Amino acid sequence: MKFKKKTESNQDIPTAALPDIIFMLLFFFMVTTVLRETEIKVEQRIPRAEQLIKLERKDLVAHIYVGAPKSEIWGTEELVQATDAFVDLDQIAQWVNEEKYKLSESERDQLTVSMKVDKETEMGIIVDIQTELRKANARKIMYAAPTKSKDN
Amino acid sequence: MARSKGRGSQEVNAGSMADIAFLLLIFFLVTTQIATNKGLTLLLPPKQEDDKPIEIKQQQRNIFKIQVNSADRLLVEEEPMDDVSQIRGMVYDFVLNFGAPSDVKRGAAKVSDKETYNSLPASMKAYINRNLGTKESSDGPSEAIVSVKADRGSSYEIFIQILDELNAAYNRIYGERVGLTDEEYRKLNKNDPRDKALYDKARSGIPKAISIAEPTKVGG
Repeated sequence: MKFKKKTESNQDIPTAALPDIIFMLLFFFMVTTVLRETEIKVEQRIPRAEQLIKLERKDLVAHIYVGAPKSEIWGTEELVQATDAFVDLDQIAQWVNEEKYKLSESERDQLTVSMKVDKETEMGIIVDIQTELRKANARKIMYAAPTKSKDN
Repeated sequence: MARSKGRGSQEVNAGSMADIAFLLLIFFLVTTQIATNKGLTLLLPPKQEDDKPIEIKQQQRNIFKIQVNSADRLLVEEEPMDDVSQIRGMVYDFVLNFGAPSDVKRGAAKVSDKETYNSLPASMKAYINRNLGTKESSDGPSEAIVSVKADRGSSYEIFIQILDELNAAYNRIYGERVGLTDEEYRKLNKNDPRDKALYDKARSGIPKAISIAEPTKVGG
């Protein structure tokens, strides 16, 4: 036979670029990742909002989570979790002071308390927390919320 | 002519590289939590010295009242309302009413309502002159207070919706004042001197006075 079939080329998909693509994804996740430090023990279905402000200093933020407990061991009433442990309302002031103590002296008044609250929570508990925060002189608060998409 | 056989691929075998990268990728995917340090900010009032609430000697017309009962029904300026998104426009009009702007310099920046009015862009002045300026609404931005009173039994969801609307109204005012949209205004970087100047210019004389009133246990 005179003519040899030329289409005997390699049928494999070239996968040489695959590691590069995966690495790119990897770097994205490595940069955006925050390792979970605290286990959130309350339900968190956070209502969305539009007019969000991004906080610049992450180290100046203390977190409070409010919602019904995930496990029935803790009952069904809404609970307040400050950083990693459940707290009673009258312990909030102490918790604020502990959080403030972690910051350098000049930045203690800039502490922002971020509240992540389940949407089913009643306002009564939120108001009580706010009263406690005012007593503890932690006046900057933020209601954490994910961005609402424009179409709904 | 004999072809050289030793011209095989000189590359390092990178086939397993993808596997290694996948492994790392999956690890980060699982442990990741995209940083969401975003939310609605609010400054609480300073603590009360004693339990007696401070009597607010503010004219009724200078307070924009929003009340929510335990069934999440709204009462805005004593009128029932179903649609939360109406609040935005009402608050915008309320704050920029300039019913009786005073010369008294107020706040940290020492700006009077009249100076605030004069600093507004022409389009906003025209809007105010055409539609606003009634004696029934606020005297001026430095006097205007938005009060939200939510029943203890109302849901957090409706509260966030209201707070979002209030922030939208204020951000629209601030943005318009310096020729930005509310979104551009929100994205101003306070560490950048140019942005900070715009931010300060937008806010001077118009305090964001959102008051979360202590709820009562009655109602609904």
